Amino acid sequence: MGQTVFEPWNDPEAKPLIQFRNVTKRFGDFIAIDNQTFDIYEREFFALLGPSGCGKTTMMRMLAGFEKPTEGTILLGGKDIAPIPPNKRAVNMMFQSYALFPHLSVWDNIAFGLKRDGKPKDQIAARVDEMLKLTRLEKFARRKPHQISGGQRQRVALARSLAKAPKLLLLDEPLGALDAKLRTATQFELMDIQEKTGTTFVIVTHDQEEAMTVASRVAVMDNGRIIQADTPARIYENPNSVYVADFIGEVTILTGKAQKSGTGYAIHYAEGAAPLHAESETVFDNGETCHLALRPEKVAISAERPEDRRNVVQGTIIDIAYLGNLSTYHVRLDTGQMVKAQMANTRRLALRGFTWEDRVWLSWTDTAAVLLKE
Amino acid sequence: MGRVLLVALPFAWLLALFLVPFLIVLKISLSDTALAIPPYTPTLELSEGWAGIKAFLAALDFENFIFLTTDDLYWKAYLSSLRIAALSTVLTLLVGYPIAYGMANAPDHWRPTLMMLVILPFWTSFLIRVYSWMGILSSEGYLNQFLLWLGLISTPLTILNTPAAVYIGIVYTYLPFMILPIYSSLERMDGSLLEAAEDLGCSRLSAFWLVTVPLSKNGIIAGCFLVFIPVIGEFVIPSLLGGSGTLMIGKVLWEEFFNNRDWPVASAVAVILLLILIVPIVLFQLNQQKQREAEE
Repeated sequence: MGQTVFEPWNDPEAKPLIQFRNVTKRFGDFIAIDNQTFDIYEREFFALLGPSGCGKTTMMRMLAGFEKPTEGTILLGGKDIAPIPPNKRAVNMMFQSYALFPHLSVWDNIAFGLKRDGKPKDQIAARVDEMLKLTRLEKFARRKPHQISGGQRQRVALARSLAKAPKLLLLDEPLGALDAKLRTATQFELMDIQEKTGTTFVIVTHDQEEAMTVASRVAVMDNGRIIQADTPARIYENPNSVYVADFIGEVTILTGKAQKSGTGYAIHYAEGAAPLHAESETVFDNGETCHLALRPEKVAISAERPEDRRNVVQGTIIDIAYLGNLSTYHVRLDTGQMVKAQMANTRRLALRGFTWEDRVWLSWTDTAAVLLKE
Repeated sequence: MGRVLLVALPFAWLLALFLVPFLIVLKISLSDTALAIPPYTPTLELSEGWAGIKAFLAALDFENFIFLTTDDLYWKAYLSSLRIAALSTVLTLLVGYPIAYGMANAPDHWRPTLMMLVILPFWTSFLIRVYSWMGILSSEGYLNQFLLWLGLISTPLTILNTPAAVYIGIVYTYLPFMILPIYSSLERMDGSLLEAAEDLGCSRLSAFWLVTVPLSKNGIIAGCFLVFIPVIGEFVIPSLLGGSGTLMIGKVLWEEFFNNRDWPVASAVAVILLLILIVPIVLFQLNQQKQREAEE
């Protein structure tokens, strides 16, 4: 409480650290980045999220200086960085493969960048020790990279890229090589280190959970474009397109025709079925095609027809995905569509209410779903 | 049983093809020369039983080794061989490294072709290739004709029968032995290491010195030994290209055997040569072993 919310992107006074201005990158005929304009602010933890080949890595490599934009400019602190080679940029990168120098000890790996700056020896030693402490690697300083574990190597890579105190740290799939448990722990560690050092982080990942956990803003990319860049909550709750809704988490998409009704819209999604209702800020013409994006956890499942909700449909359970804490039910409506509904398994499995082939009612509120144009 | 056989086989191989011949050479080096066939005494007469063996052993001595120290030809030849081997190893490295580097950085689809080109000379006779260098380097040779035609020189250069010709021949012949191990160590290198070095403030050149060179160290060491060890005993190249001015122990050895027919002294020369070679061979093996351990 009492903490001001960190939202520089909503503050018109805030000066962005990085500005992409109509940046296009082509490799031959292939358009890797398609005319992108966006800002990243200081102290942000910005995630570039997308499937492989969507351009997220190209975006990062342009920031690091390994690629030059074909068109447009990238500004860092207001200055065009195109003419600055990678070794002169106040930007450091943590590589996906970690790229630790195998012939150097952990200590020398971390000191590598500092030595290139020609800093005095005692300053280098002090900074390296600080980094070792930050990443809890003091005990491994003298070891070579092949003598430590994957998680420790990941921390060495992080320490090495942070050692020069860059204005901007780029992380290329930093946790991709770690197993699931270690990854979760490391995500929180990353956030902690980001907060402690106050460095701006840009992370590239294809793991949506990772992006949602660590980032202050997530940019969902596809085919060289940022489809939506917003806070994890808004990306999840208010996706601006079917692509984003489908990419992040589980979702059911019902397609129908919109009809103005009260403050929201009635959606005619099937012949003969009662229309669904959804509130929406997006304006639709009468009869326009619309997509109703429905998160499974917002759909209630019951044996009896619920009376308190406007959106009620009936169907048969086709599949149950048991995830331990949750179960996802795949229900086929009588009109043919599949709808996913999720329920927390608060009771023991033996007491579970529903099973395959059961007839059930699904229901959700007017504000549960998001109405999308495309 | 199977395991014993597995170990016994290479040992038997070494015993038959290395240790036994070496012992024979060692024995000859301890004998005296004689006008006979074979041209040395004593020979082992097993028909005389125990007394024969005793007489045989009594006749062996270190006379030939002592003789090697009395004539400065021999130690000069050893030293000269070592010097030529060391210098030509450095030259081969200077020529070979850029070639290996170029190969490792060539586009993927080019690499098999480049590799072929490096290995291709092995498919023709070594002697023919050295002879053809005589045709290139002689005063009427192609090189001189070409330089005269270019107008760079007005009188032909004397290259053949000088140490320079020996170095050219050695570098040419042993280049693949230098290129291949360096290429294999460079090829395995992760390209992102150089990007990381650049990202941390290195220029291209300093990234080369601080990352590429240390990481190809094992390849460099292996290549250097693969050139240095055989060049010490090299005989064909100095005798065909070096003329009488080039002193190398391989040539001395040949002359002792075939011109002087002094097998015992020649054998002594060979035994010393082997002892000299043991040091770099052991170092080479240690390097290979260290490399294997590092890769595990």
